[in-house]
Amino acid sequence: MFAVAAAAILVALALAIARAILGPTIFDRVLAGNTVGTLAIMLLAVFGFLTGRPEFLDIGLTYGLLNLIGTLAVLKFFRHGDLAHRADTERGS
Amino acid sequence: MTFALDLASWVCILLGSFFVVVGAVGLVRMPEVFTRMHAASVIDTLGVGFLVLGMALQAGLSLITLKLLFLLALFVFTGPVVTHALAQACLQDGIAPMLDADRRADRAAAEQTEGRRS
Repeated sequence: MFAVAAAAILVALALAIARAILGPTIFDRVLAGNTVGTLAIMLLAVFGFLTGRPEFLDIGLTYGLLNLIGTLAVLKFFRHGDLAHRADTERGS
Repeated sequence: MTFALDLASWVCILLGSFFVVVGAVGLVRMPEVFTRMHAASVIDTLGVGFLVLGMALQAGLSLITLKLLFLLALFVFTGPVVTHALAQACLQDGIAPMLDADRRADRAAAEQTEGRRS
C-alpha cells in the first residue's frame, strides 16, 4: 500500500517539475519548487515506512523547515532584489 | 480490530495519494498563477493530511506518530504563510488575477452613488 503512495508521489513530483520548467513567470517556478519540497518530504516519510525504517521522518521535519525558509528567501529576493532589505523601509503594499 | 485499523489506514493512504495526484495535475493544467496556488494547496492540506493520518494509524501510538503530527502541524502553519507571501509578491509585481467577470468597476460605481446619496 505504501508502494502505491510512493508511486503517486513520484508522478506528482514529475508533474510539479514539469510546471517548474514550463512556468511562464518566476512565481510559477517558486510555487512548483515549494510543491517539490512538500512532495519530497512526503516521499521521505512514505519511503521510511516502505523500508521499515520510519527514522527518515527526522530528515523530513528538517527539510520542511528548510523548505519554508528557502521559499520565503527566494520571494524576498525577487521582491526587493536584496536579501538584506530592512522590513521597516517597506514600500507601500 | 487490527484488520479494521489496517483498512482505515489503507483508505486514508489511497485518498491521500489521490489528492496528491489531483493537486499536481491541477498545478500543470490551471491557466494562471493564482489558480495554480489553489491547486497546489490541495497537496498541502488534503494530500499530506490523509497520508499522515494513514501512516499514523499504521504506526500506532508511538514516537513516530508524534513526529508525524509535528510534520502535519508544520504543513498546517507554513502552507498559508508561503501562499500568502507568494500572492503578495505576485500582486506587487503587477500580476492581476484572471477574472471571468470584473465586478470591481461595478462596485466602485455603486460606492460612488452611495456616497452621493448620503
